[in-house]
Amino acid sequence: MSKISLIIEREYLSRVRKKSFIIMSILGPILIAALMVIPAWLATLEDDETKVIAVIDNTGLYSGQIEDTELLKFEFLSDHEEDNIRENFKESGYYAFLVISDNLLNNKSAIRLYSDSQVTMDVKDHIERSLKQHLKDAKLRSYDISELPDIISELENIDVDISTVKIGADGTEKQSSAELTMIISMAFAFISYMFIFIYGGQVMRGVMEEKTSRIVEVIVSSVKPFQLMMGKIIGLAMVALTQILLWVVLTILIVTGVKSVFFDNSPMPDRARAQVEMMQNVEAGEETAQTAPDFNFDKIMEMVRSLEPMKTLLLFLFYFFGGYLLYSALFAAVGAAIDHESDQQQFMLPITIPIIIALYVAMMTFRNPGSDIVFWFSMIPLTSPVVMMARVPFQVPLWELLLSMTLLVAGFIFTTWLAGKIYRTGILMYGKKVDYKELWKWLRYSDK
Amino acid sequence: MAFLEARGIVKRFANHLALDKVDIDVPRNSIYGLLGPNGAGKTTLIRIINRITGPDEGELILNGHPLRSVDIRNIGYLPEERGLYKKMKVGEQAIYLARLKGLSRNDVLKRLKYWFEKFEIQPWWDKKVEELSKGMAQKVQFIVTILHEPSLLIFDEPFSGFDPINATLLKEEILRLKEKGATIIFSTHNMSSVEELCDHITLINNGKAMIEGPTEEVRKNYRQNLVSIDFSGNAETVEKILKEQFELHKFEAINNHYSARVKTGENQSLNQVLDAIIEHCHIHGCRELLPSMNDVFIQVVNQQKQSSQKQRS
Repeated sequence: MSKISLIIEREYLSRVRKKSFIIMSILGPILIAALMVIPAWLATLEDDETKVIAVIDNTGLYSGQIEDTELLKFEFLSDHEEDNIRENFKESGYYAFLVISDNLLNNKSAIRLYSDSQVTMDVKDHIERSLKQHLKDAKLRSYDISELPDIISELENIDVDISTVKIGADGTEKQSSAELTMIISMAFAFISYMFIFIYGGQVMRGVMEEKTSRIVEVIVSSVKPFQLMMGKIIGLAMVALTQILLWVVLTILIVTGVKSVFFDNSPMPDRARAQVEMMQNVEAGEETAQTAPDFNFDKIMEMVRSLEPMKTLLLFLFYFFGGYLLYSALFAAVGAAIDHESDQQQFMLPITIPIIIALYVAMMTFRNPGSDIVFWFSMIPLTSPVVMMARVPFQVPLWELLLSMTLLVAGFIFTTWLAGKIYRTGILMYGKKVDYKELWKWLRYSDK
Repeated sequence: MAFLEARGIVKRFANHLALDKVDIDVPRNSIYGLLGPNGAGKTTLIRIINRITGPDEGELILNGHPLRSVDIRNIGYLPEERGLYKKMKVGEQAIYLARLKGLSRNDVLKRLKYWFEKFEIQPWWDKKVEELSKGMAQKVQFIVTILHEPSLLIFDEPFSGFDPINATLLKEEILRLKEKGATIIFSTHNMSSVEELCDHITLINNGKAMIEGPTEEVRKNYRQNLVSIDFSGNAETVEKILKEQFELHKFEAINNHYSARVKTGENQSLNQVLDAIIEHCHIHGCRELLPSMNDVFIQVVNQQKQSSQKQRS
C-alpha cells in the first residue's frame, strides 16, 4: 500500500508542479471570468458614444419615423446630399447613412445602410423595429377601421406565463425552473465529458512515456504492474480534482473581485448582472435562478431546494470518478499496447465512440429526459457518467439511480481488470505491431 | 548449497515455448553468467526471478526457501531495456526509485550522497535526466540498482552503452559487490566480459539450458586439443615432425622466431608435443589453447541449429 501511495505522490507532484498545469489553472478561471465579465464590461462601454446616422429618404414617406434614442441620432437629409456623403463619408462624421429608395410596403428591400465599418446589430435592429412599427401602423390605418388599433393592442396584451411545478412523492409542490435545470444538466454532462477525455488522455500519455522511456521495467521490478497503473490513475484523478477546485475557487475570486472594482459604484446593466450572477451560481454548483424580471427571492430559494444541491454534488462526484476510472483504465491499456503515438488510432476509436454517443444522448435528455433511449444509456456504464448526470436535475427514481451506480462500479471493476491484463503484458513488449488479435492473446496469458 | 535454484521452469507464450524446463543453480557469492543469443529466453527467465512475470511450471528457491514477493527487496535488477523519467530531476528520481524498493527517505539520501560522490555525478543532482549523457544516466541507473544493498543482483547487458572507461568502472564495482558478499547474475552477449568476470555460466538457447557449470570447466569440456608453441632453431625439422605426428594448423616465422599451432590427438597433450621437438629447437613459450567463450557459444548454438534442422527434415 505504501508503494502505491509513493506512485500516487509522484504522479501528483510531478504534474501539479508542471508549468502547463499552473498556467492552465490560472488561465482557465481568467478565461471563464472573462466570458462572464467582458460582455458586461462591453455593455458599459457602449453607453458613452453617440452615433449619428444620416437618412436620405427618396420617397419622402419616412421623415421623422425613426426615433432617436440616447445613443442613436438620426438626421434626415434631402436627396441631393447622397452623393456628397457617399464621397466624403469619412469627413462627414456620420456613423452610417441610410438610403430609402422606394415605398417599403411594396418593396421591402428598397432600403440600404452604408458605413465604412461593420454596422452593429443593435443599430440595424433599431432601424428595422422603428420602420416596421411605422409600416404596420400605416397599413392598419389604411383599412380605415376605427377600433382596430385598440383591438390590436388588446391582442398584444394576451400572454401566458407557465410556472412548472414538480410534485414530490408526498404530494408537496416544488417550484422548478426548466431553463435552469437544462443549463445545469448540460454543464454537468459537459464537464464529465471534458475531464474524462483530457485526463484519460493524460493517463495514456503517461503510460506511453513510461513505456517508451524504458523506465517501466525498472519500476515493475519493485512494484506490481497493476499497482503502477492504479497509482497513475488515482494520482491523475487527484490532479483533476485539484484543477476543478482551483478553477471554481479562482473564478469566484476573480469574478467577485472584478465586480467589486468595476461595478461597485454604478449599478451594473441588468443584462450583464444577470449573466454574471447566473454563471457564477452555475460555476459554484449552487443552483439559483437567473435574475428574472419579477425578482422573487423566496421563489428562487424554493427552486434551489427542489434541485437538492448536496445530493446533486455527491452524485456528480460519484459519476465523475466512476466514469474517469472506467475510461482511464482503458486509456492506460491503449498506452501500454502501443509503441508510438501514431499507432493509437485503431484503439482509440472504440473508446471515443461511446463517450461521444453519450454526449449526444445527453443532449436528447434536455428535450425528453424520460425517453427509453435516455434510460438505457444512463444504465450502460460506458455512457452513464455523462447521460445520468444530464438526467439528474430532472429527478431520477431512486431505483434507477442505484442500478446505474451499481452497474458503473461493476463496469469500472471490469475495465480495470481487463486493462490490467493488457497493461501487464503490453508495457514490456517492444517493437511489436499490436492488433486486436494480439490483445486477445494477452488477455489469455496466465495470471501467474 | 546454491543461493538461487530454479527447478524445471516452463513459460509458454501464445504460440511458443519461451522456457522449456530450465534448471539453474547459482552458487552463493558467485558471478553467474546467463548466456544465449537474442530471443533465447534469458530476459524471460530474469523476469521470472524478479517476479515480474510468473512461471507456468517449476519453482524458484532463494536461500533455501521458495521465492516470495517480500524477497523482491533483496534483489537489485538492472534491466536491458532501462530508462529514467526524462522530465524528472536526477536526485528526485533516484530517491523515488530507491523508496519504491522500501528504503526510508533518510537512508536513501545518505547512501545516494556516497554513491553520487564516488561516481562524480554530484553536480547533476538537480538537473533533469534529459540533460544527462547516456553514460551518466547509466551510472544513475546502476546506483539505483545497488542502493538498497541487495543480496542478489541481476544485470541484464550491463555494459551496453558504456564507454570503455565507465565499463571498467562498472566492472570494478561489480567485483567489489561480489567481495562484499553479493551473488550476481549477469546476462550478456559480451563473451570477453564473461571470461573476465563469471565464475559459473549457463548457456540458454531456444528456451533450453544447453550447458551449465564453472566457466573454466566449460571451456575445458569444449577444448579442441589445440596447443601453441613459440620456438627458435631448426625450423624445417620441427615442422616436419609436427606434420608427421600431429596436425599442424599454422606455422609462422617472424625474424628467426617461429610460432606453430598444433592439434593433438584425443589422448595426447602438450607434453608429447614438447617431447617430440625439444631436441631440435629452443622453446620460448608454449600453452594449451582453450576455446574462448565466444567459440563455445557459437559451437553450441550452431550444433543445436543443425540438430533441430535435421529433426524437421
